[in-house]
Amino acid sequence: MKVLVAVKRVIDYNVKVRVKSDHSGVDLANVKMAMNPFCEIAIEEAVRLKEKGVATEVVVVSIGPKACQEQIRTALALGADRGIHVETDEEIQSLAAAKLLKAIVEKEEPKLIILGKQSIDTDNNQTGQMLAALCGYGQGTFASEVKVEGDKVEVTREIDGGLVTVSLSLPAVVTTDLRLNEPRYASLPNIMKAKKKPLEVMSPADLGAEVAPRISVVKVEPPAQRSAGVKVASVAELVDKLKNEAKVL
Amino acid sequence: MSVLVIAEHDNSSLKSATLNVIAAAQQIGGDITVLIAGKDCSGAAEEAAKAQGVSKVLKADADVYGHQLGENLAALVVELGKDYAAILTSAGTTGKDFMPRVAALLDVAQISDIIRVEAADTFVRPIYAGNAIATVKTSDAIKVITVRPTGFDPVSGEGGSAAIEDCSVVKDAGVSSFVREELAKSDRPDLSGAQIVVSGGRGMQNGENFEMLYKLADKLGAAVGASRAAVDAGFVPNDMQVGQTGKIVAPQLYIAVGISGAIQHLAGMSESKVIVAINKDEEAPIFQVADYGLVADLFEAVPQLESAV
Ligand SMILES: Cc1cc2nc3c(=O)[nH]c(=O)nc-3n(C[C@H](O)[C@H](O)[C@H](O)COP(=O)(O)OP(=O)(O)OC[C@H]3O[C@@H](n4cnc5c(N)ncnc54)[C@H](O)[C@@H]3O)c2cc1C
Ligand SMILES: Nc1ncnc2c1ncn2[C@@H]1O[C@H](COP(=O)(O)O)[C@@H](O)[C@H]1O
Repeated sequence: MKVLVAVKRVIDYNVKVRVKSDHSGVDLANVKMAMNPFCEIAIEEAVRLKEKGVATEVVVVSIGPKACQEQIRTALALGADRGIHVETDEEIQSLAAAKLLKAIVEKEEPKLIILGKQSIDTDNNQTGQMLAALCGYGQGTFASEVKVEGDKVEVTREIDGGLVTVSLSLPAVVTTDLRLNEPRYASLPNIMKAKKKPLEVMSPADLGAEVAPRISVVKVEPPAQRSAGVKVASVAELVDKLKNEAKVL
Repeated sequence: MSVLVIAEHDNSSLKSATLNVIAAAQQIGGDITVLIAGKDCSGAAEEAAKAQGVSKVLKADADVYGHQLGENLAALVVELGKDYAAILTSAGTTGKDFMPRVAALLDVAQISDIIRVEAADTFVRPIYAGNAIATVKTSDAIKVITVRPTGFDPVSGEGGSAAIEDCSVVKDAGVSSFVREELAKSDRPDLSGAQIVVSGGRGMQNGENFEMLYKLADKLGAAVGASRAAVDAGFVPNDMQVGQTGKIVAPQLYIAVGISGAIQHLAGMSESKVIVAINKDEEAPIFQVADYGLVADLFEAVPQLESAV
């Protein structure tokens, strides 16, 4: 069974984000970039399926500028077999990413497609569901457990009320939540080996998908700042303040 | 112009977030139709009919919608939604699951997690874990939107008298089925709508120690939340996670206990009216957003607090 994993290059989750002074966006110049954390979980799951003998090949795809190849190489070092880079310097919104991924699904015909549930930059939480819809596939979103059984996959999902388990016909799309697994680190020998793994580069035009943005940014502003309040010396003082000053008790 | 709101509900009753979504729909303007898709969902439909500002309730009552499977819900909403200017639902896990499918099938973008309506095509939403607030404009004819409930004051759930119409469209995408669920049972208020939230982090050390927070919460009529670290460590279940990738809360009072205040946690609670932090590390970042900070060992402070309130 072939597994396709989509990974996105985003700002590192530890970086303190700064809004540009002209309010046109977030300042990404000289900022540390990394693989979206949910995509690391997606790669880990695919690699574990391969280690269990369920998956035969893990193909990783990333859409974006040249530098995305760093994240593809990371995925290859973590155990993916082969990379596809859809190279573009244009902004790719979730619907466009889903259309490009659909074109790749048609070429590669994977049985399982794993994405992160959410990019930590746009916080969209859309691409996996859109891809599943465009392909007519079932979707196991916000997965905390994935079990492939024959021509089905059983996915346990983290939902607001607890957990729900669904059964999907393969091919299917899964999006990862935090508890699905704990991603490994790439070892030095594997990082070296990854440099020799195949990486195919193509353009959105090669895939024939329409990728023009539908949403334009009017402005981006910093959030209203909360200022630090006061330190209280005791529980008694805290309760007094909550009752008589804040009036929330 | 009219707006279709897909209700969040558990068949018997409406989730309160739907009232916030209706408020967002009112700001977009036009007649508001609320869709209740479920199984034996008359209870929820009747509640929706009483909400202020609703012109019509559509009730799609069928087995295929019983477990809110995203594939089936999306197929239904796409069929019904074509004639609306905007389609809205709350940004809970149900909405996040089916709505992007709706958008893709209508070939439009989705605007996730809006906190303000600026115009019928222009919306405000947090990005980068709330570290930036974007105003975005869509060029699509149908606006497909998920609404962050804490961004909008709810409409009243009483006094309305919309007609309930049966919708007989049954869509089974045939690719997914429900197997089982494990739902959290709690007598405490729902985290997302609670007036007071008490949350515990890694500093709680284990699940048993959360009892202290449950006791405090019960005295305050509060809900209990947690940081990702506490959920990952297995102290408490996933549905208690507050943050960028968990639940967004904005109570009158948020008490963070043994939580350091990582940016991803703050993303889920920084809109709270009053924030209290109890942490033994006076340098913990949570104190930068707390209105009242208590530098103390939580194992001493929490029992004291419980007996003082
Ligand atoms: C992609 C991604 C998504 C994430 N999403 C979320 C999310 O939605 N929600 C979330 O919360 N996190 C999220 N995180 C994790 C986040 O980055 C932090 O790791 C997490 O919030 C830390 O939890 P914590 O504050 O409980 O633990 P820690 O940072 O370990 O803090 C524990 C605190 O407890 C204090 N403490 C310890 N013992 C005591 C004591 N006896 N008395 C008083 N204080 C004590 C310590 O001083 C410390 O400040 C996410 C991370 C990533 C990468
Ligand atoms: N440009 C991209 N390249 C590869 N994968 C992507 C891209 N954009 C989104 N994805 C995938 O979709 C997931 C969810 O993204 P989003 O819908 O943008 O929150 C990510 O975790 C990735 O798995």
